[in-house]
Amino acid sequence: MRKLPYTQLLIPDRQTFARSFRMAAWLGWQIESNWTDPFLFAIYSIIKPLSGAAILVVMYSIVSGANFDSPIFPYIYLGNAFYMYVGQVMTGISWAVIDDREHYKTLKYMYMAPIHMPTYLMGRGVARFIVASISVLITILFGVAFLHIQIDLATVNWGLFFLSLSIGVVMLAMMGLILAGITLMLANHVWFIGDATAGALYLFSGAIFPIDVLPAFLRPIGYIMPITYWLELLRRSLVGSVAQAFPTLAGFSNAQLLGILVGLTVVFGVLSAVIFHWCEYQARERGMIDMVTNY
Amino acid sequence: MSSRQARIKKNTGPRLFIQTVLARAYPRIIGQQREKSWMFFDIVMPLLAVSAYVFVYQAIGAPEEYVGFVVMGGAMTAFWMNVLWSMSSQLYWEKETGNLALYVMAPNSLMAILLGMALGGLVATTLRALAITILGSWLFQIPYQVTSFWQLFLVFTLAMIALYGMGMLFASLFLLLSREAWHLSNLAQEPVYLFSGFYFPIKSLNFWVAASASIIPLTLGLDAMRQLVFESGAALGFLSVPLEIGILAILSVVFVTAAKYLLDYMERLAIREGRITESRR
Repeated sequence: MRKLPYTQLLIPDRQTFARSFRMAAWLGWQIESNWTDPFLFAIYSIIKPLSGAAILVVMYSIVSGANFDSPIFPYIYLGNAFYMYVGQVMTGISWAVIDDREHYKTLKYMYMAPIHMPTYLMGRGVARFIVASISVLITILFGVAFLHIQIDLATVNWGLFFLSLSIGVVMLAMMGLILAGITLMLANHVWFIGDATAGALYLFSGAIFPIDVLPAFLRPIGYIMPITYWLELLRRSLVGSVAQAFPTLAGFSNAQLLGILVGLTVVFGVLSAVIFHWCEYQARERGMIDMVTNY
Repeated sequence: MSSRQARIKKNTGPRLFIQTVLARAYPRIIGQQREKSWMFFDIVMPLLAVSAYVFVYQAIGAPEEYVGFVVMGGAMTAFWMNVLWSMSSQLYWEKETGNLALYVMAPNSLMAILLGMALGGLVATTLRALAITILGSWLFQIPYQVTSFWQLFLVFTLAMIALYGMGMLFASLFLLLSREAWHLSNLAQEPVYLFSGFYFPIKSLNFWVAASASIIPLTLGLDAMRQLVFESGAALGFLSVPLEIGILAILSVVFVTAAKYLLDYMERLAIREGRITESRR
C-alpha cells in the first residue's frame, strides 16, 4: 500500500488538491442535479427544507397562539435553518462513499486514479453545500417575509457571520470525513450512519431548543460538540440580542465562542485525518473498498 | 418429461397467489430480523426526531398531551418510511438489482408479490412502531386513556390497509421511474410529516388543507387514534372517529383496487417501453 507522509494525510500538494477537488465538485453537482430538469430540481431543493421548517412553525404557532415576537421563535427557526448544512455537508461527504461503492461501483476506480481521496470526498460535498446554502437562504427569507424574523441588515455582524459560517463548513467537512472513514469499514449498516449522526446532533446541539431543556446528564454532549457553538455564533451575528436572551451560552463572549469553535474544529480536523487514514487502511486490508452488498 | 418431473405438483390460481404472497413476505419478516443493527437504527432514528420535537414543545411550554401526540406521530413515521422506501420504490430497487425481470418472467402475479411485500413490511414495521411507542412513552411518561379498543383496532387496521394499498399504487407508478425514484421518495418525507400532522393535531391546519391531506391514510388514521387514546384527543380531533373510520374504509377499497388496475397497466407499459431492465444511474 502506498504510504503518505502524515502532513499529506489531509493536505495534499496544491496540484493534486486542485485536481481532486475540482473534479469531485463537478461530479457531485452532476449526480445531485442531472436526474431531472433544472426547474424541478429547484422545486425539489426548496420544498423539503421549507416543509421541515414549517413543521416547527406550526408546532410553535399552535402553542404560542402565533406569537412570533417571542425570542424563542427566531432561536428555533434560525437554528433549524442553519442545521440544514449539517445534514447536507456532513452526511453528504460520507454518502459519497456509499454512492460510489454500492450504487455506481466506482470507488475502486477512484482509488486507482491520481487523486487525493479525502479531498475528493470533500469535493463531493460541494454540491450539497450549494444546495444547502440556497435552502438556508430561502428559509430565512421566508421567515423574514412572513414570520416576523427580525434581521436588520444594518446591525448584522457580517464579519462574525461569514467567519463563523466558513469555520463551521470546514468543521462539518471534517466531521463528514470521519463518517466517511467509518462508512468505508462498514457494509450493511452504512445507510443509517449519516442520518443517525445528524439526528443525534440535532438533538444535542441546541439546534431547535436551548440545551438547558435537555436533562442535565445529556447536556455535556452538547457542550463538546462544535455545532453548538457554531449555531450560537450564527444566531448572535444575525440577531444578537435575541440569541443572548437564553442562558445556555450567555456567559461567553463572541470571541470566546469563536475560540472554542476554532479549537474544536482543529481537534476534529486532526481526528478526521487520523481516523480516515486508519479506517481506509483497515478497509483496504479487509477488501472492503469494492464490497457491494446489493442493499 | 421424466417421471420425477411428472410428480412435482405445481400450485396454480389462488393457491399460487397465496404461496407467492407468503414467499415474498418471508424475507421481509425473517430477513429484517436477521440484521439486528437495522432494527436498532429503525427504532433509534425516529426516537431521536421524537425527542427533539418533544423538547421543542417543552421549551415553548406546550400542554403535556402534545408530547403524547409527538410520540404517536413518531411511531407512525416508521410506517410511512416503510411504505416509501420498501413499497413505493421497491420495484425500482428490484430493477437495479436485476430481480424485476425475474418477477415478471415468473408464472405468478406481480400483485401477489406486492401484497407479500406489504404484508411482510407491515408485520416487521408494526414491531418497530410498537418499540418506538413503548420506549417513547417510558422516556416521556405519556399517560394513555383508551376510550374504545375495538375502534382503535379498526382504525389501525383500515389505516394500514389503505396505506399499504397506496404503497402498492405508488409502486406501480415507480415501475416506470429510474434514478428519480430515490429523489421522489426522499422528497415525500417532510411534506407528508407536515400535512399529515405527524407532530401536531391536523385540526390546527386550515380545514381544506387538512381535508386534502386526508387522501394520505395516515392523516385520518393518526387523528382518529389520537382521539381514542388521549384524554384531550377528542377535543383536538379533526373529524369524528366514526366518520374517519368510514373514510378510511373507502380509501382502503379505492387504493387496493386502483393498485391492481394500475399495476396491470404499468406492467404492460413498462414491458412495451423496455423499462423493466432499464438502468439509468
